[in-house]
Amino acid sequence: MTLAEILASLFPRGHAVAVRDGLVTGTGPFADGRMHVVGVDGDTPLGVDGALVLSRAVLDAVRVGDRAPILVAVDSDSQRMSRRDELLGLNECLAHLAKALLLADRAGHPTIGLIYGHSAAGAFIATALATRVLAALPGANPSVMDLPSVARVTKLPLDTLKDMAKSTPVFAPGLDNMVATGAVHVVLNPDLSLEGQIRAVIDTLPAEDIRDRLGAERGGRPVARTVAAAVADQARLG
Amino acid sequence: MAADRAARFDPDALSWYEATARQRVLALTDPGSFREFLPPTERRMSPHLPLFDLPRAFDDGIVVGSARLDGDPVLVAAQEGRFMGGAFGEVHGGKLVGLLRAALELKPKAVLILFDTGGVRLQEANAGETAIAETMRAIVDVRAAGIPVVGLIGGRAGCYGGGGLIAGTCSRLAVSESGRISVSGPEVIETNKGAEEFDSRDRALVWRTMGGKHRRLIGGADAFCADTVAAFRAAARDLVGRAPAFDLATLDAEQARLKARIERFGDCRDATEVWARLGVNDPDAVPAMDTPAFDETVARSPEADHDAR
Repeated sequence: MTLAEILASLFPRGHAVAVRDGLVTGTGPFADGRMHVVGVDGDTPLGVDGALVLSRAVLDAVRVGDRAPILVAVDSDSQRMSRRDELLGLNECLAHLAKALLLADRAGHPTIGLIYGHSAAGAFIATALATRVLAALPGANPSVMDLPSVARVTKLPLDTLKDMAKSTPVFAPGLDNMVATGAVHVVLNPDLSLEGQIRAVIDTLPAEDIRDRLGAERGGRPVARTVAAAVADQARLG
Repeated sequence: MAADRAARFDPDALSWYEATARQRVLALTDPGSFREFLPPTERRMSPHLPLFDLPRAFDDGIVVGSARLDGDPVLVAAQEGRFMGGAFGEVHGGKLVGLLRAALELKPKAVLILFDTGGVRLQEANAGETAIAETMRAIVDVRAAGIPVVGLIGGRAGCYGGGGLIAGTCSRLAVSESGRISVSGPEVIETNKGAEEFDSRDRALVWRTMGGKHRRLIGGADAFCADTVAAFRAAARDLVGRAPAFDLATLDAEQARLKARIERFGDCRDATEVWARLGVNDPDAVPAMDTPAFDETVARSPEADHDAR
């Protein structure tokens, strides 16, 4: 789905969400109130400037204090790779955006990620992965790194990696693999109303971070949960 | 025994850069106080690396446990940059997430994260990336509970990729000259955008752009340390005592701080231009400055000290 189609399905009564320089901000009427929307569209890389536009919108929503849901819609490139961005502290700006979303979550705003296109690396971590629940639409393509690049770094033949990817979701790009690791909670149906589906997601918001549990249940991240639990158990022993 | 260990890990003599993760933890914390969780004897190794015919580590490249710092209880995590560049794999990430979740129950004086990482371990990329997101969420929970999370950065692998984002989520950061903080590494920028954008072989450029001095001068880190464990210990103690709250006021202040930085320095091509605008008299001399001279320079930088993180 395109962003326009998504917004039309999400806000059948119309909306005030705009895209500027690939950055998405605005609101739409939702349930008895409204929903804030921030995001990245058009495979746009996220740099220091864009991160601060989005974090501003999130912090403004928190200040209003209406506890309205915040949707983070993502079809982005990775973080913007440049000398200027790193010189200016890209790590701080991306972390700041993630912190703004996590603050909003703590302040009572349901935060929902919606990945409908590409996203990768730092841009993915600072946006969709900083929400309480991450939903996806079929055709979404989250990744850390594409397979040819993985082949270059790992010095394994691309064909070998493609074979391995079929049985090992832990390293391969793609939506199915991110679902298997638990990073993506749910895949939505593009043929049904997104308004209804997102309402259902909000109504069943998990109380805590369940991504490692999902990863264990789905087999894509077999040991993360038991390792984290074992550390916490040993810590409790004092 | 304790005396032996103290002698072996004399924090005044031990280089943070050269030390292993385990040496850093033992020398940083009170002698005899460190207790490791999931120690190497339990052999919680990566289930994935054998697929790639790669060797595994018994601790998956991270040491986690409890200790005391000047008598106060702390939880500590230390990444081992010598093992796969300290990268986040599934077990590695799970150990850090478990430690942070334990902090919510145990309420230590602080959580210390000794970063030494290239970012996500590509052989376990999805698990590593998800673990970074879980770590950031867990850090925010810990900070919101009033427990400072302090990052110490001065290892061989620097603090890159998702590690840089986690660092930006901490309450406070201490960095040494060789501690680089960045999202895209020099090689990644060069590979994707060409050597004209970033020449990764130009080590002076790497240090100017991502190194500890630049980060400290612009407020990307809160303390600058000489490359000794003793210096990091002193910085950690100091930073634990003055951690900002995690609330709207702090993030509003950070928003303003970062926006002002981009407005003021957004057209600078090189760190030396940034430093000149900060009022540094001789920007070209910064890389060679010793710690006392650099501390004096920092004291005159209006951007260096803040509570906006």
